[in-house]
Amino acid sequence: MSFLEIIGAEKRFGGLRAVDGVSFALERGEIAGLLGPNGSGKTTLINLISGALPMSAGEIRLGGRRISGLGRDRIARAGVARTFQLVRILPSLSLRENVMIPAVFGRRAHWGREAERVAAGALDLVGLSARASASAGDLTYIDQKRLELARALAAEPELLLLDEWLAGLNPTELAEGVALIRRLQGEGLAILMVEHILDAVRALCPRVVVMNSGRLIADEATAAALSDPKVIAAYLGEEADA
Amino acid sequence: MIRLLLPPAALALLAVWPMMVSDYGLGLLIGAATYVTLASAWALFSGQTHYVSLATVAFYGTGAYAVAVLNEALPYPAVLLCAALAGAAMALAVGLSTLRLRGVYFVIFSFGLAELVRQLITWYEVNVTGTLGRYIFLDVTARGIYWQMLALGAATIALTAWINRSRLGMALRVIGDDEEVAAHSGINLARTKLAAFVLSAVILTLAGAITSPRYVYVEPSIVFNPTVSFLTVIMALLGGANRLWGPALGAVPLFLAFEWLSAHFPDTYPVLLGLLFIGVVFLVPQGILPAAERLMRRRAGA
Repeated sequence: MSFLEIIGAEKRFGGLRAVDGVSFALERGEIAGLLGPNGSGKTTLINLISGALPMSAGEIRLGGRRISGLGRDRIARAGVARTFQLVRILPSLSLRENVMIPAVFGRRAHWGREAERVAAGALDLVGLSARASASAGDLTYIDQKRLELARALAAEPELLLLDEWLAGLNPTELAEGVALIRRLQGEGLAILMVEHILDAVRALCPRVVVMNSGRLIADEATAAALSDPKVIAAYLGEEADA
Repeated sequence: MIRLLLPPAALALLAVWPMMVSDYGLGLLIGAATYVTLASAWALFSGQTHYVSLATVAFYGTGAYAVAVLNEALPYPAVLLCAALAGAAMALAVGLSTLRLRGVYFVIFSFGLAELVRQLITWYEVNVTGTLGRYIFLDVTARGIYWQMLALGAATIALTAWINRSRLGMALRVIGDDEEVAAHSGINLARTKLAAFVLSAVILTLAGAITSPRYVYVEPSIVFNPTVSFLTVIMALLGGANRLWGPALGAVPLFLAFEWLSAHFPDTYPVLLGLLFIGVVFLVPQGILPAAERLMRRRAGA
């Protein structure tokens, strides 16, 4: 039994099958890339796993327990944390307060000093602890991304879903971001990352799953997938972002 | 130390105030205490979540009607209890079905709810009981009403202070900022919103029940007057709906202003009310307290 099992996941929007019978699994502490051209259903799949959208058919299990059909909050408390393709931070709150939210309401339900400790640890991991009291609305775009990752980590998740978290970073920041994700995986976190930056995918993910038009077209070692004719064909006519 | 002693001292002072004023003055005190309570109770739910409710009078009127119907059948404390239960039941039923609505849809719905309750009671009274108005003869003095309202208002503010420091308060603030983030962080949206909505509704209902003997004669168009809902919102917004003392700070001056306006300009009063609404939203959209805080911070920073 794998840690994360996606079995025949399907999402229909009217006549459109945004996710069409996708099945794959992820082990504890494993990191995998989720690739595919724009509109291939990657973010929809992330939304299905995190419960943001209800599935039309299929099943998702985490640690053997069915999580599909649960509410977003219960999936979060089951150990799934995510970032958003378009950064979502709470600008009226301080960095510390932003990060305390999942520490308080997440899996471990910390309160008081313990929640502050977890929040401080998460801010420290992404290099934002010096600005913990600053208002989140004052952050640059990159630091907002960092904050969002810190918030996901403060939930102390077992599965982290990253939706193009590396997009928009400059080369230095990208190198830092890659190092950070590698460190997280080293600590035993399972990570599924939607990513267009293929260099980062090569550096981080030994394995990728590739989607096209809602279907899974490849689930194999990264080098093999990136030279797979099916994958190349899917990206053709579409500007590869890397 | 001063912060700890100030509220009880102020409360004691407010409690003995009726001894020193005329009947007219006492009426003003009751009105001010009522609106402080309504605005604070409204903000308990709407201030943090930003779900702007225009259903205040649906609960307030239900409280008044509960007293009108039951005041001869049950002892007063039991009447209050029944009113509170009616408010809670209504809030639960309404909340479960509508707290999914966001933004303007919720505003419109909550306004519709107040009208619906009014029409239902009117229909029931006319067609089933055959009366339109009811009389409330209760052995409660004006001072007694004032003291009850003062206690309810103080309890509301104390409850809000406690909630603000609790998990519930934190959850409400996050929901007000971003429901997506709240849900994905593990917050149960429905339960959180429902809890605050019901608490708020029970207080609004009790406020209507306590103040109802002042009306003596009660009919739906009197106790379900939508102006009560609008006044409550604008008072809370003026003071600062997400600050503990904001609603109280907005309620007192606006209540006095409305009293004065409606006495001196009975015909143009609604127009002036509308202008005040617009003025508040334009000039201090965040409310007086947050604006003052920002000013102080800027001073300190400069």
